[in-house]
Amino acid sequence: MGATLGVWLAAALTLCIYSFLYKDNPFYKFAESLYVGISAGYWLVYTYAYVIEPMLIEPIKTNQEFVLIIPAFFGIIMLSRWFPKIAWLSRWSIAFTVGIGAGLGVTGYIQGFLIPQVKATILPLTGMNMLTLNNLIIIIGVITTLVYFYFSKEHKGMLKVGSRIGVTFIMIAFGASFGYTVMARISLLIGRFYFLIYDWIVPIFSKG
Amino acid sequence: MNDIIKKLTAIDRRYLFIIIALVVVIPLLFKPKFPIIPKKPVIDAYKAVDSLSAGDNVMISVDYDAASMPELQPFLEALLRHCFKKELNPIMLVQWQLGAPLGTRAMEKIAKEFDVEYGVDYINLGYRPGYTAQIVGIGKEIRDYFITDYKGDLIDSFSVMDDIHNYDDIDILVGLEAGATGNIWVQYAGARYNQRIILALTAVSAPDAYFFYQSGQIEGLVGGMKGSADYETLIDHPDVAVAGMAAQSFVHILIIVFIILGNIAYFFEKRNKGKTLGGK
Amino acid sequence: MIKGKGIPLTITFLTGVIIIVTFFIPHSPFGEFEQTALRWYSIIAGFTMLLGVDSLLRSHIKKFRKKDNNWEYSIVVFIAFAVIVTTGIIATVRTGNAFNTDTSFMYIYNHMIIPLQSTMFSLLAFFIASAAYRAFRARNTDATLLLITAIIVMLGRVPISDRFIPAVPALTEWIMSVPQMAAKRGIIIGIALGAIGVSLRIILGIERSYLS
Repeated sequence: MGATLGVWLAAALTLCIYSFLYKDNPFYKFAESLYVGISAGYWLVYTYAYVIEPMLIEPIKTNQEFVLIIPAFFGIIMLSRWFPKIAWLSRWSIAFTVGIGAGLGVTGYIQGFLIPQVKATILPLTGMNMLTLNNLIIIIGVITTLVYFYFSKEHKGMLKVGSRIGVTFIMIAFGASFGYTVMARISLLIGRFYFLIYDWIVPIFSKG
Repeated sequence: MNDIIKKLTAIDRRYLFIIIALVVVIPLLFKPKFPIIPKKPVIDAYKAVDSLSAGDNVMISVDYDAASMPELQPFLEALLRHCFKKELNPIMLVQWQLGAPLGTRAMEKIAKEFDVEYGVDYINLGYRPGYTAQIVGIGKEIRDYFITDYKGDLIDSFSVMDDIHNYDDIDILVGLEAGATGNIWVQYAGARYNQRIILALTAVSAPDAYFFYQSGQIEGLVGGMKGSADYETLIDHPDVAVAGMAAQSFVHILIIVFIILGNIAYFFEKRNKGKTLGGK
Repeated sequence: MIKGKGIPLTITFLTGVIIIVTFFIPHSPFGEFEQTALRWYSIIAGFTMLLGVDSLLRSHIKKFRKKDNNWEYSIVVFIAFAVIVTTGIIATVRTGNAFNTDTSFMYIYNHMIIPLQSTMFSLLAFFIASAAYRAFRARNTDATLLLITAIIVMLGRVPISDRFIPAVPALTEWIMSVPQMAAKRGIIIGIALGAIGVSLRIILGIERSYLS
C-alpha cells in the first residue's frame, strides 16, 4: 500500500513539474518549493548521519579522539553569523581549508594533470599510417588550442595561424560536447517517462 | 514558400514539446529493437572488471544524484551484477550527499539476485564530506574516514573490511560521475597512489574524460545512458538503459530535424532580407 | 591584531606548505600531520552545508515577513523542511540511522526527492530541443563546424546508426578520441597551469580575496 501510494505521489509530483511546460502555474511553484524545503531538511539530516555521528561522535566514543573537538569547533564557527562577536574567527576555518586546498592543488594539478597529459601528447610520428596521422592531429590540436588561449602576446603571424587552427579544434570539441549534452538531457527525459509508463500507468491497468 | 517559413519560425514551442514527448513515449511503448554494439571505451571498462579474480575488491564511488539517475543507475546495477557474478567484493562509498540512497538502493536490489551476504561479500560505506581531502586520506587509511558503514555499524565488525586499509588493497576503482569528482579520483587516487580507475560519467561530463582515457590514466570510460546500455549488453543482461535506446535514437533524429528545419528557415530569412536590402 | 588577516594568512601559508612538503616527504611527522589536517578539513567542510540551510531558510523567512511575491510558497518550504527533519529524527531514534532503508525519511527520499529532482532536470530536454529549432544557426564557418560535429555525434551515439549507417558511429568515436580530445586536453593543460598559479599565490598570501 505504502509503495503504491509512493508511486502515485511521485507521479503526481512529476506531473506538477511538467505542468511548467504549459506555463508557470501554482502546481509547479508548489512542487518547486517542496523540493527546496525537502532538500534543505535532507542536508541537515545527513550532516548529522554522515558527518557529526561517524566523523566526530563515533571516533571520540571508539578511539577517544577528543582532539576532534577542535575541527568541530572550527566547523561550527563557519556559521559565525549566529555569533557576531566571534565572526572574525570564521576566517581561521576558511584559511585552514583554503590552505589545504591550495597545497593539494599544486601537487595534484602537476602530478595528476600536467605531467601525464603533456607526456601523453608526446606521441610517435613514425611510418605513414593512420596512427601517425591521428597522433599528428592530436599534437597540433593540443598546441593550437593552447595558442588560442595564450593572451600575453597579440595574435599576429604564426600565432594568428595557430590560434585560427585552435579555434577549429575548439569548435569540434564544443560541438561534441553539445551533442553529448543533448544526449544527457534526453536520457533524463526517457528515465522519467519510463517511470510514468512502467511504474505508474502499466501497473494500474495490469491490476484492473 | 515564405508563408510556410514564417509559420515554421513562429510555431508555439508547446507544439514542439508535444512532438518530443510523443517521440519518447511511442518507442518506449512499442519497444522497437536495435542492435546495441558496445564501443571500445566501454569494452575496455568491462574487460578491466572481467579480468579480476574472485575475492578481489572493487571500490565503487557513487558521485551523482537523482538528476543523473537514468544515465548512471543502470550502469551501477550492471556493474554490481558483473561483480557479484564474478564473486568480486564491491566496496561502495559516496561523494555526492544526495546520491547516497541511490547507491544503497542499487546494492540491495542486486544483492538479492545473488547469494551474497552484507559485510562478507560487499559493503556500503555511505557518504563523507570533503571529497578531495578524503580521496587523498584514503590513500593512508580508509578508517580515518569510514569508521562506520552507511548504517552506523563499525566497519571492523565486517569481515569484508578485514584486509582493506588503503588503495593498495583495492584492485580497481569505479567512479560514477555527474561532475568533477572523477578528476579528483584520477588526480589523487590514480596519479599519487597508482590506483587503477574506470570512470562512468554522465554524457555531459564524458567528453571531458577522453584525455584521461587516451593518456591511460583511466582504463575504461562509460559515457551516459548509451554507455550503460553497452555495459548491460556486455554482461548479457539488457535492462532499462537498453530499453531506452530506441527512444534515444528517435529523439536524436528529431532534434537533428529541428536543427535542419530551423536552419532552412534561417537561410530563407537571410535571403529575403538580402533581397529587400538589394532592392533598396 | 588577533582579529585581523595576519593569523589567517599564516594558517593558509603553513597548511599549504606542509601539504606540499608532505607530498615529497611523506614520512613522520609530516605524514601524520597531513592525515590529521585532511580529516579536520573534511569535518569542517561537512559543516558548510549548514551554511546553505541557514541562508536558504533566512531568505524564505524574510520573504514571508515582507509578504514578497509568492510568499505563500515559503510556507510550503517551511512545512517540507520541518516534516523531513522530523522524520529524520524519528528514524534516527528508532533505527539508529535515518538512512536505513524502510524509514519514513527514506520514503520521502524515494517518492519525493527522486521524482522532483530528476523531473526538474529532465525539463531541460524540452528546452534544449526547442533551442535546437530556434537558436542553433549556422551563422558562420565556426558555428557550422560546431553544428555538423554535434549532428554527427548525436547520430553516432545511438543504436539506430549502428543498424543503418555504421560509418557514423565509427566517425564519432574518432572525433571523440582525436580532435575533440586534443582540444579538451589543450584546455585542461591551460586550466592546470592557471590553477597551480592561483594555488601558489594563495599560499604565498598574494591572493587574499577569500578572506574578504
